[in-house]
Amino acid sequence: MSAVILFMATIAAIAGWWLSQQRLAAKPWLEEGVAVDFRGERGASVSPAKIGLGVFLAVVGSLFALLISAYSMRNTMVDWRELPLPKLLWINTGVLIISSAALQWSLMAARRSDDEDVLVGLLVGGASAVTFLAGQLVVWQQLNVAGYVVASNPANSFFYLITALHGLHLIGGLVALGRTSAKVWRGAPMVQVRLSVELCAIYWHFLLLVWLVLLGLLTGWTENFVNICRQLLT
Amino acid sequence: MVDIPLDQVAGIPPAEVGEVELYHPRSWWTRYVFSQDAKVIAVQYSITAMSIGMVALVLSWLMRLQLGFPGTFSFIDSNQYLQFITMHGMIMVIYLLTALFLGGFGNYLIPLMVGARDMVFPYVNMLSYWVYLLAVLVLAATFFVPGGPTGAGWTLYPPQAILSGTPGQDWGIVFMLASLILFIIGFTMGGLNYVVTVLQARTRGMTLMRMPLTVWGIFTATVMALLAFPALFVASVMLLLDRLLGTSFFMPTLVEMGQLSKYGGGSPILFQHLFWFFGHPEVYIVALPAFGIISDLISTHARKNIFGYRMMVWAIVAIGALSFVVWAHHMYVSGMHPYFGFFFATTTLIIAIPTAIKVYNWVLTLWRGDIHLTVPMLFALGFIVTFVNGGLTGLFLGNVVVDVPLSDTMFVVAHFHMVMGIAPIMAVFGGIYHWYPKVTGRMLNDLLGKFHFWVTFIGAYAVFFPMHYLGLLGMPRRYHDIGETSFVPASAHDLNAFMSVAALIVGFAQLVFLFNLVWSLFKGKEAGGNPWGATSLEWQTPETPPGHGNWGKELPVVYRWAYDYSVPGAARDFVPQNEPPSGVVAQGAHP
Repeated sequence: MSAVILFMATIAAIAGWWLSQQRLAAKPWLEEGVAVDFRGERGASVSPAKIGLGVFLAVVGSLFALLISAYSMRNTMVDWRELPLPKLLWINTGVLIISSAALQWSLMAARRSDDEDVLVGLLVGGASAVTFLAGQLVVWQQLNVAGYVVASNPANSFFYLITALHGLHLIGGLVALGRTSAKVWRGAPMVQVRLSVELCAIYWHFLLLVWLVLLGLLTGWTENFVNICRQLLT
Repeated sequence: MVDIPLDQVAGIPPAEVGEVELYHPRSWWTRYVFSQDAKVIAVQYSITAMSIGMVALVLSWLMRLQLGFPGTFSFIDSNQYLQFITMHGMIMVIYLLTALFLGGFGNYLIPLMVGARDMVFPYVNMLSYWVYLLAVLVLAATFFVPGGPTGAGWTLYPPQAILSGTPGQDWGIVFMLASLILFIIGFTMGGLNYVVTVLQARTRGMTLMRMPLTVWGIFTATVMALLAFPALFVASVMLLLDRLLGTSFFMPTLVEMGQLSKYGGGSPILFQHLFWFFGHPEVYIVALPAFGIISDLISTHARKNIFGYRMMVWAIVAIGALSFVVWAHHMYVSGMHPYFGFFFATTTLIIAIPTAIKVYNWVLTLWRGDIHLTVPMLFALGFIVTFVNGGLTGLFLGNVVVDVPLSDTMFVVAHFHMVMGIAPIMAVFGGIYHWYPKVTGRMLNDLLGKFHFWVTFIGAYAVFFPMHYLGLLGMPRRYHDIGETSFVPASAHDLNAFMSVAALIVGFAQLVFLFNLVWSLFKGKEAGGNPWGATSLEWQTPETPPGHGNWGKELPVVYRWAYDYSVPGAARDFVPQNEPPSGVVAQGAHP
């Protein structure tokens, strides 16, 4: 459970930092009148949707941290047999990076109010995300053909489960991306578009980060890294 | 009260809370059924939760009948008994209490108490309710699938949860897990709303430290639930895959019905870790909103400011944080390294400190207060008593050496029913009697309310207090029929029969409560806007029940904390949060 404890500690640190800005030592019973509002300059400019996305990412993060915890507990059991990762996985990773980069590009275009580039960025991002998902399905197919079916070994089960959950989150993101693209297509005012594009870009970067962490886990690199650190410490 | 120079208070900052573009219902359907108004959603959540809760209440009757009079009722066999236990626990903990506190009280009170027009994402909020309803329907459907609902116990421990021999192994467990997954998805949608509304939609002057403790409790509980429910989600998905696809996440190698099963190598302990990583915070997800509600009820009905407001807030946050590092105290008997047991016992006992601070503060709030023994106040007092009772037995069970012999006995059942069954439901009832006038514009009947309180309170004690004794005798939990045993004397059976009669009476009192809810809706006394003389914003709305958008043209401005009761020199014994200090012209405030 160390992965999820680490994750929770990070969340607690962020929450603690935020709470420390909120004057929790105030004595409200002595303070009458309109208090200085500490959402002030910083808070008011952040839209609720962005905060909402941030909270949602914490939930998704918790979900994947728990999966990683479960993975690292289960893979110490005797019946664990690593499965060979198809090469295609690396190409998929590249495609997902392209997808994320395209959305970042789209966001930059939105900031300088360039409708056309925004739309191009969104479409490239969406198309490469779909390509990534298709690539993941092909990986499943390859593994299936090679006899690594979902129930034959816990390593396989975890591989399918982790990739499926990551893929489902990406599909959810594609819905939002589709709506944003439609908005740009209809020629909605840039102010509205900018926020939507930004939310999509944040979500994409987050899912890319999650994917890279998961990839490190699946390839065993994370484990090697942790082992090296442990040896250095002891 | 410190005098603040007038020029400091006169300069009211410009509205930081942008006017929300309100959703306007166009038809009866979108006004009352597919409504995006948090108040309607709150009522929908509450009615759904209470309806499924009634099912769980009936199940508890059936269990008590069997326990009190074993062998008398031929229609309850051992499989059904296990199914009743499972469904009763699951419904009460998740589908009733969690949904009622966060979906019901949270939806109704958060926007009103922080001075917002509505939740920040009304559409997602509406979806949250409908997904919750779907989860409840899937859950209810398990009663009708072949094989009936699962009988694995509310913890759904593998391997037995999905092995043949456990009732509901065919479909019950699948529906149960699917329902949990749906519930978590629905809750996440709602939870995002509650958190972001508290963070972003507070009205002018409503600093965090001016929020009523109810909002603090619900807010912290929601944050915890958002982080903890994914653990149940992961566990449910993995168990579902074990059941449907034959994976071995949790399932060890074992012989089932004389044959080697298809599973192998999995770890049931892994499930326990995941389950309790959710399961322990869940206790506080239910308790923290109750703490908040009780604080507000006590302060209002004792006409006294809450004692140690800051400490109360800190304690809520501390309990929330600590509850994530105690989960393995549910697993002492599963086998663990002694140092782990020591660690988790220590953290468990540390939680008692902030909790005790809260109890002392409630008592000190009551101390020399002008206590009005209204029905909400009675329930609040009942909460303190039952919570202290359950909390103390928690200290017993938190110690490894005491837990090991008491584990899986009726003592544990008595403990958690006191601390997270009776106590939170007391807060629920107190809250309903307190806020019902705001929701409907009418008071609940006082006489029926008092009857409801006394029967529930004394009855609950009659059921659960002797249960501690049965547990100490060694009477095991989850047993359909204890049979002939040397360590259980005949008097224990008489006690069981007594408890069962008490349980039936307590259940009957809840029917009186439901009757009161419906009857008062039409015949109750007109309540007016602020029948309790309370300070917090929800009582200062221009209309009662609050109209669409909650506030009239302008959002209220908050000038003080929520506990200005019996302020020396004030005209009334309460000063509403939106009442400006003398010499300041009210802005957007309603008289």
